Amino acid sequence: MQAKKRYLILLSAGACLVLLFYLGGVQLPAASRSRHDRSRNGYRPDQPWPHFSDPLHLFLPWDQTDTEEYNLHISPRHKRDVNTSVYKGKRCRMDSCFDFSLCQKNGFKVYVYPQQKGEKISESYQNILSTIEGSRFYTSDPGQACLFVLSLDTLDRDQLSPQYVHNLKTKVQNLPLWNDGRNHLIFNLYSGTWPDYTEDLGFDIGQAMLAKASISTENVRPNFDVSIPLFSKEHPRTGGERGYLKYNSIPPFRKYMLVFKGKRYLTGIGSDTRNALHHVHNAEDVVLLTTCKHGKDWQKHKDARCDKDNAEYDKYDYKEMLHNSTFCLVPRGRRLGSFRFLEALQAACVPVMLSNGWELPFSEIIDWNTAAVIGDERLLLQIPTTVRSIHQDKILSLRQQTQFLWEAYFSSVEKIVLTTLEIIQDRVFEHGSRSSLMWNSHPGGLFALPQYSGYLGDFPFYYATLGIKPYPKFTAVIHAVSPLVSQSQPILKLLVAVAKSQYCAQIIVLWNCDKPLPAKHRWPATSVPVIVIEGENKVMSSRFLPYETIVTDAVLSLDEDTVLSTTEVDFAFTVWQSFPERIVGYPARSHFWDSNKERWGYTSKWTNDYSMVLTGAAIYHRYYHYLYTNYLPTSLKSMVDQLANCEDILMNFLVSAVTKLPPIKVTQKKQYKETMMGQSSRASRWADPDHFAQRQTCMNKFASWFGAMPLVHSQMRLDPVLFKDQVSILRKKYRDIERL
Amino acid sequence: MYASGKYSSRGPALIPRMKTKHRIYYITLFSVVLLGLIATGMFQFWPHSIESAADWTLDKRSVHDAPLVRLPVSSPIPERGDLSCRMHTCFDVYRCGYNPKNRIKVYIYPLQKFVDELGVPISSTGLSREYNDLLSAISDSNFYTDDVTRACLFIPSIDVLNQNSLRIRETAQALTMLPRWDKGMNHLLFNMLPGGPPDYNTALDVPRDRALLAGGGFSTWTYRQGYDVSIPVYSPLSADVELPERQPRHYFILSSQTAIHREYRAELERLKEENGEALLLLDKCSNLSQGVASARKRCYKGQVYDYPQILQESSFCVVLRGARLGQAALSDVLQAGCVPVILADSYILPFSEVLDWKRASVVIPEEKLSEMYTILKSIPHRQVEEMQRQARWFWEAYFSSMKAIGLTTLQIINDRIYPYAARTYEQWNNPPLAVKIVNSPLFLPLIPPRAPGFTAVVLTYDRVESLFRVITEISKVPSLAKLLVVWNNQNKSPPEESLWPKIGVPLKVVRTKENKLSNRFFPYDEIETEAVLAIDDDIIMLTSDELQFGYEVWREFPDRLVGYPGRLHLWDHEMGKWKYESEWTNEVSMVLTGAAFYHKYFNYLYTYKMPGDIKNWVDAHMNCEDIAMNFLVANITGKAPIKVTPRKKFKCPECTAIDGLSLDQTHMVERSECINKFASVFGTMPLKVVEHRADPVLYKDDFPEKLKSFPNIGSL
Repeated sequence: MQAKKRYLILLSAGACLVLLFYLGGVQLPAASRSRHDRSRNGYRPDQPWPHFSDPLHLFLPWDQTDTEEYNLHISPRHKRDVNTSVYKGKRCRMDSCFDFSLCQKNGFKVYVYPQQKGEKISESYQNILSTIEGSRFYTSDPGQACLFVLSLDTLDRDQLSPQYVHNLKTKVQNLPLWNDGRNHLIFNLYSGTWPDYTEDLGFDIGQAMLAKASISTENVRPNFDVSIPLFSKEHPRTGGERGYLKYNSIPPFRKYMLVFKGKRYLTGIGSDTRNALHHVHNAEDVVLLTTCKHGKDWQKHKDARCDKDNAEYDKYDYKEMLHNSTFCLVPRGRRLGSFRFLEALQAACVPVMLSNGWELPFSEIIDWNTAAVIGDERLLLQIPTTVRSIHQDKILSLRQQTQFLWEAYFSSVEKIVLTTLEIIQDRVFEHGSRSSLMWNSHPGGLFALPQYSGYLGDFPFYYATLGIKPYPKFTAVIHAVSPLVSQSQPILKLLVAVAKSQYCAQIIVLWNCDKPLPAKHRWPATSVPVIVIEGENKVMSSRFLPYETIVTDAVLSLDEDTVLSTTEVDFAFTVWQSFPERIVGYPARSHFWDSNKERWGYTSKWTNDYSMVLTGAAIYHRYYHYLYTNYLPTSLKSMVDQLANCEDILMNFLVSAVTKLPPIKVTQKKQYKETMMGQSSRASRWADPDHFAQRQTCMNKFASWFGAMPLVHSQMRLDPVLFKDQVSILRKKYRDIERL
Repeated sequence: MYASGKYSSRGPALIPRMKTKHRIYYITLFSVVLLGLIATGMFQFWPHSIESAADWTLDKRSVHDAPLVRLPVSSPIPERGDLSCRMHTCFDVYRCGYNPKNRIKVYIYPLQKFVDELGVPISSTGLSREYNDLLSAISDSNFYTDDVTRACLFIPSIDVLNQNSLRIRETAQALTMLPRWDKGMNHLLFNMLPGGPPDYNTALDVPRDRALLAGGGFSTWTYRQGYDVSIPVYSPLSADVELPERQPRHYFILSSQTAIHREYRAELERLKEENGEALLLLDKCSNLSQGVASARKRCYKGQVYDYPQILQESSFCVVLRGARLGQAALSDVLQAGCVPVILADSYILPFSEVLDWKRASVVIPEEKLSEMYTILKSIPHRQVEEMQRQARWFWEAYFSSMKAIGLTTLQIINDRIYPYAARTYEQWNNPPLAVKIVNSPLFLPLIPPRAPGFTAVVLTYDRVESLFRVITEISKVPSLAKLLVVWNNQNKSPPEESLWPKIGVPLKVVRTKENKLSNRFFPYDEIETEAVLAIDDDIIMLTSDELQFGYEVWREFPDRLVGYPGRLHLWDHEMGKWKYESEWTNEVSMVLTGAAFYHKYFNYLYTYKMPGDIKNWVDAHMNCEDIAMNFLVANITGKAPIKVTPRKKFKCPECTAIDGLSLDQTHMVERSECINKFASVFGTMPLKVVEHRADPVLYKDDFPEKLKSFPNIGSL
């Protein structure tokens, strides 16, 4: 009883006091006393910055603003010249070591020195060179070049390596266009050797830029060198494997939290961190394993931990850990970078970097904080706490970003090289370069070409990010190949039907017919402008040229013999507005793997799925015209032009390679051109028996250039909500569609 | 930790008087002190307005009270500063340590007045108004600590903002006198005007050992990337001038700097000749005396313009380098929402480590000044508008005051020390816009493999017979991986195991603690697939083909709700509010979760991240959980749901119509209310209306049914 009472008093007194504190600002006697003591002293060193009452000077007096700058005697031009002469070698920057004038006339063109007889070139370097030669940047004329790439293999500069090229110094100096390395780009994966692994290449690179793996923040020349990832000999030249992430599991944790499996060097540099890993290893969800076994004479140097570590090491499988861990530790090895980095990235195992001073690959453009955890070797013991503190939502996003980055920039030698070149191009034409958003969000910098537009809203990819919608009208582009002889020709009906669409802004007739343009009055009168463009070379690819007259975001691409009603056009366009990055349209086709012939097959049969929507009646974003014309290599485009076929397949390949998604088929459209063969007396290209065989060939040619099959199957089509439902036809908005 | 000293004493201490025994008195006193301590601790979370600002002004502090420190001639001078310094070599990260808040602690040295042996101060101006503002802002921020032993970063109170007012050698000596200097480790200096005539170096000339430099005019040769911070040159005009409204922009390009080298001015004149009125080329007014008045006026051929107001009338504003690379004009230009055209080769733009300047400025090499007009003309108009908005937002967030500059600098350093908790690109660069920007959490374009299948989650109360029928029906779907029954009846146990239908996949029963609708959306550990099929215990009409097809569609749209009956929201113009529509319309903005596929992530989102009190509200009203789910998914992805197949009716044919019409109507009214309530909680209407539904490719086609993948689809 007594105790109860006491507590009650205590509690109420306490409560009263708390209330008083809040309401009246009553101070504790002790606290207030100490305050008084301090303030009497006048100056209190341990207090926040005081609010001074006296008038203070401005840091820049008004009268100083101008006079200061007038002291400027040195001509800015002169100053630039001085910089160029002073900042050389390790202090090279684009401003001082790069001749921009070489890029003015012909744009960003890259020249590769001819390969000399007797020079051995490693497979990796050969891949780099052939990528450049196959790219749209390549020029065989050094007089047009903005950037020069050596045909001497500089990838492996480890003197102990069999790939090491000797006498590089003299060989380089003897190059006729060397010019102290100005505007040259040198690729390197390995530099230095045991025991200290320096970053020196063993020859004077002069003013050349380096695209180098394992480069350190101290040695990298900002905005001049490019840090590239270390990749293995087996790294594919094009295409490359996709990331391993197949679905986003919730909660996003995997069997292990953090794993590592690798060597622990007993001599030479690079093992300080690895030596300490066992402190963090818990054999449960944090599994960090090292082995001492490497080289021939490891047993000579072995220490007390070796046997124990080696035994533990053998218990786990590297691949199994890689695929089943949320985070993967990526500590420095002999050099700052390691293969492990790309392996973890591909496996969607979020890399935890423990390599102080490593300038991460493509750090100039990639925001690594969105795909990796940047740890500090000095704080190794905190790493488990740190990764455990990372929120599930963040893990989900980190993991997806590893996959995006892997597929956008790392999965093949081609991507690594093109990314390097695009980074340099962005520096050369700085005012027309990609923003960080374009580099770090889908579909990535290689597919988002800034030369098209600097405004993100002009691309199909960033509507959600900007909170905007595509322009609510479309431009129809009709590809005309036959002469206008009768007023009942399908093209005229099509023109009228399309023009009636409420979403149609204008119609462009691309006159790719050998006959001269018909007189203006022969076109039907429409409420929207009809613009007739005479195709320049009358080739197939011209239907995908980025015509400046196309002012809308959406393009409705049509063949001259397409039969389409206004309702169908309207419906397709409303669907496209929900999927502006895809091809949305009517004629669907499919591809399949023909295992007998070991090649890709093309089919126009009625199937339960499709992977292409032909551009004879499809809506897509006008950016794809630009991409088709400027991204695809001349080899593919000229193949299309020569065959006068496959342009629609190529467009589907391109768009699916960008989106990684299938196109969208809308409603059913009975007219299948390839089944109409022979029905029409016109010399339609669809009637040509070779036509179909050519399309098979095209598929395989395209797939080999893309390095993989980008097409994706879909099993659904989109219909109007009340399509063929047994409800009153009057209820239906798109009732004409059902009548077809 | 306890900020007791901070709070004012306005009244005498109140000692509670109690007529009780001494012992109790002491215990009470003890508890009072304890509670008091807790209370003061809690004060830290109290709005800061309580902290009376008047308190300090009352004290009338003066800079002249600062203690005098005499520097011996022979006192050491720090080293010049190591260009190879990086965070991992020159910064002691152990001082920052692990910290659950991931926030660095910053200590500010108390103000001292340094003089040489002759009594001459080291600086001609002493503490400037701007540096004082900067330091008070930091001391008011949550970075601040007054405990020197716990600090991670130290900021000297020696003002080095303007190198011209400094005596270099003596300032350097003063730095070494700081008690914790330790070769400048973890010290941060703020400098906006580096260098001096005639060379104008691009970094502060004061030797400073390893100290970090927040500098206002770095070139690529002096800036230590990832170590130093490039900051803007503060424009004192910012404090005086407000540029609230945007006028029509008459000019295309404006050059308003006064100290432009004659070579460049000649170049600009040439551009003006070529392009006429589009360019406005201003200089200072010759008839005005120097000082504030002169700073606020610009002239062209005798015509006087107000500066910086004139900046608002141009689309682009030239910011040319002067003697220094950093120009205060940049700040004025941004404030006016004019897109800066920066011509300063090798200049490191302010806060370029985190700000994406490509979205707010145009950088042109000095050499290409003559091409400026052509380059700018090629920029699409909409992009220019966006850049103007972005420029203005950069100014507001990062340039507008010394506080903004100081705290941004600290945040950047903080982000380096705790990179895994760093602010994101979006947080730094996306202005808080009126338009809704979505960043879907499932952003990777991915079509998951068919193999893992889906988990069907059936919410049930006591309709066992119907439940068993549902289970039997669903079990026929090929991709069903597991069946989870959420038993929401606390008063009754689920039937014995032997009574349940025998099916080919695992069947689990979860018993809930309360009969709540939200139980159906709980992210149960038992759900091992990412695909979830939410299904009511009376949905027996869906065919196996329909369900399998729904799953296939979900695989193509894993970030959306994929369901059968669709619903629509409409704006009722008469009532001025939203209305729920269940008629069969041409449009869809919701799908009912009585049968819908969705990603398990949305279960997590529904349970833990539902805005406001929606979750509780739904549980209390036993209605609208499906509408809430539709809102949630549309809000975070910005995408519409996908209605699959023609299916529209949900009531089984043999179910008797116990729900009369009147009941139906109240139901509709309530659901309309839900939409209005949710829209107000979300602060927006996130639902998206579409006019399409997904059907199998060969649906209703004249084609042999047996060759179709999903033949059994079609009833309403």
